[in-house]
Amino acid sequence: MVDSIFREYRPSDAERSDRSAGDRMRHRQKVRESIRENIADIIAEESIIGKDRDRVIKVPLRGVKEYRFVYGDNAPGAGQGDGNSKPGQVVGKTGREGAGKGEDMAGDRPGVDYYETDVTLEELVEIMFEDLELPNLERRALREVETDLSSKRKGYRHVGIRVRLDKRRTARQRVMRKLANIHNEEDRIQKAAEEDGEPLTADQPSVPLAPSAPSRRRFPFHHNDLRYKHIEVDTREESNAVVMCIMDTSGSMDTMKKYLARSFFFLLFQFISTRYRNVEIVFIAHHTEAREVTEEEFFYKGESGGTFISSGYQKALEIVAERYHRSLWNVYAFHCSDGDNFDSDNPAALRAAQALADICNLFGYGEIKPLGSRYYESSMLNVFRRLDAPNFHTVLIERKEDIWPSFKAFLAKDRIKE
Amino acid sequence: MANYELKELIDWDTRIREKVDEFGLDCYPQEFEICDHTGMLGYMAYSGMPSHYPHWSYGKSYEKLKTLYDHGVSGLPYEMVINSSPAIAYLMRDNTLLLQILTMAHVYGHNDFFKNNFTYKTTRAELTIETFKAHASRVRRYTEDPSIGVDSVERIMDAAHALSWQCRRNLAIRKLSREEQVRRAIEAAQPKADPYKKIHRPREFHEPDLHKRPLEPEEDILLFIRDNNPFLAEWEKDLLTIVDEETKYFIPMMETKIMNEGWASYWHKKIVESLELDQGLHLEFIVRHNQVIRPIPGQLNPYHLGFRIWEDIYRRHTDPTPEEIKRDGAPVKSGMERLFEVREVERDTSFLRRYLTEELMRDMDLFEYQARGSDLVVDKVSDTEGWREVKETLIRGVGTSSLPVIKVEDADFGHNHTLYVKHYHDGRDLHLEYAEKTLAYLQRLWGRECMLETILQGKRSQLCYNERGFSIRALK
Repeated sequence: MVDSIFREYRPSDAERSDRSAGDRMRHRQKVRESIRENIADIIAEESIIGKDRDRVIKVPLRGVKEYRFVYGDNAPGAGQGDGNSKPGQVVGKTGREGAGKGEDMAGDRPGVDYYETDVTLEELVEIMFEDLELPNLERRALREVETDLSSKRKGYRHVGIRVRLDKRRTARQRVMRKLANIHNEEDRIQKAAEEDGEPLTADQPSVPLAPSAPSRRRFPFHHNDLRYKHIEVDTREESNAVVMCIMDTSGSMDTMKKYLARSFFFLLFQFISTRYRNVEIVFIAHHTEAREVTEEEFFYKGESGGTFISSGYQKALEIVAERYHRSLWNVYAFHCSDGDNFDSDNPAALRAAQALADICNLFGYGEIKPLGSRYYESSMLNVFRRLDAPNFHTVLIERKEDIWPSFKAFLAKDRIKE
Repeated sequence: MANYELKELIDWDTRIREKVDEFGLDCYPQEFEICDHTGMLGYMAYSGMPSHYPHWSYGKSYEKLKTLYDHGVSGLPYEMVINSSPAIAYLMRDNTLLLQILTMAHVYGHNDFFKNNFTYKTTRAELTIETFKAHASRVRRYTEDPSIGVDSVERIMDAAHALSWQCRRNLAIRKLSREEQVRRAIEAAQPKADPYKKIHRPREFHEPDLHKRPLEPEEDILLFIRDNNPFLAEWEKDLLTIVDEETKYFIPMMETKIMNEGWASYWHKKIVESLELDQGLHLEFIVRHNQVIRPIPGQLNPYHLGFRIWEDIYRRHTDPTPEEIKRDGAPVKSGMERLFEVREVERDTSFLRRYLTEELMRDMDLFEYQARGSDLVVDKVSDTEGWREVKETLIRGVGTSSLPVIKVEDADFGHNHTLYVKHYHDGRDLHLEYAEKTLAYLQRLWGRECMLETILQGKRSQLCYNERGFSIRALK
């Protein structure tokens, strides 16, 4: 048979031919779309709440599967044993790759398709808020502070102060000028030589030739050579926001309710973080009295006792008065409770809520009633209905699937206002 | 390259080719391309094709391969060879010299198989590269066309990919033209010649409905839609053609996986052993060879299965046991003659049916499993009672037999332009979620209502997809 052809490996080819780049990009776009479509489900997943931003999370995917007509689970398969297979022996699990499929025979059954992808929380948050399609929130001018954050280099100038002299560029300018001058110099020397009546010929090498002549002459810096770095001060608007997370930690708040509250706070914090440069978060736990606590305590430490919602609001007002002056900070407050307040506290709570709504950009109350319980428990929603503030919003959360829609509704309020 | 030069490879190749000729293998010209692992992953994602049309699913498959490779879950194949003339094979530059020798020998086995096995006769190997290239440039042209664009192309492509395997499986059987089908329908409608005409009542002649489309159930769903949906634009029809052509190119590979890998393994063993390697290389060869053809408990390694059967065929024709002579008669052909004959005229299903013997099955401990709850449980083993059934199950799981047969029955069901397709149920139910999604794709291509008849848990059912969405109902 004829000689075979060998095509040698050339690294340049390998570097050039990333042939799947376009298709990979398209696939990632699909993944992204799919995440966006399923964002409500993903948000509801317990695992993403409270993770830091670089954390990689697994996200279940729909929509990038490739469907075909395939057989279902009742199709038997054949496999090879280790020499003593017995009927009744378990050889694998359904729904994933395992028994019965040689490596290259796969693809004929579901379950082979991978349906999870890794995204960082950062990306997810980005996609989440893309989904909200919110216009950039206008911040109140009052609450913006101009700060000289950094100075940025911006080009070069002929004039400037001494310390900003760029020696390298200056020297280069001089060299450039010198090169440009060589021809002039040559002409001059030649002319001088001709005038002296001594024609330059090949057998007279002793006459100094043009290029060497100027090099012996001094060629000083000219002020046109000088180059200064130009520096511009970068003033940016510093915008500060504080998220006040107020939560009822009374005995009636069980783990499930806390978890729902936590999801909501998480979203709020992530959202505010995308809008402001400097975001602080304050956790206020209250039962009959309120305390400022750490995140850890806030979510995991259960307390007991009754509920005075007003205490939480009072504490928030105090903290704002103390540390977050309205002229510098955008205040976002959100309160989660199961609505089980002492009746006697309701007027006080309403007053405090009014006061809080006045100083906040956005103030929300989320009532957490795991499914069904709202029919027999008391509710603050009726009380807060009397509160008249455009930036106050109440939501009712019954299931974890409600979180995302209510969050969207909550922010919609903000949008209308501005 | 590791510790050898290209020159050495070429020398080894010359020696291997001498052996190939000596053993009587009949190959296309061969090309080897040396590539690195990224190149290899790229070729794998695009089925080995140097040029292939773009689609996001290949990006997905690349990412998957790369992830598995990067995490060490799966290595890369030693060899990748495509059915074309000249056959193109890729050699990984980081492999050891022995692996390259083994790969080259293996590749010549495949090459011979591509050229001679009957299933590949329809693939037009000498045009493979050009065909794929032409497909690629056509798809790219549609994608770049401002009046079409990538989204529209993907809309059709996604649907076409979902249905691509719903086509004729045995391409050696010629497809009848419409005229031939008409003639056949008329012939079938004629009353049979009856020797007892005198005492029987004359049979009535029922005129066949020649306006029905299709006249006979049609397996090539994509082509049927292409030819019968008048609302498709030319470029959409072209995309369907492209996907169908590609599928038909790959069907022989799917149909002969076990034979082909077994054949290549059988020959790489013979060739490398005849090369008289020095001891170091030979020991490495033994290790590598066994890695390739080892049985994988709980799974089916096509290399192992194929290799064992080929060896067994040879043995039974050169050195049969007395029982075998008693049962099958004395062999009339030499082992080699028989091997070359089988490689030409069989495909996996017939190959297993004819040459996988009870003894071999028992020896390899083949079993059948069923799902029970969330476990897969061994149901039958290859003992005297069970081996036939295990074999049937095995045969039904190889090649295109592992895919449901679905045919177009009527393109105008209920005089409503509803596309009626039927699943030819063989005991295995369709996966319902997948059926629903795929039916949606069918509806996308057909443009009007689509119905699928199948059997679900013993009940005849009708799945329907129209503009109102998916519905399912039981049939009487």
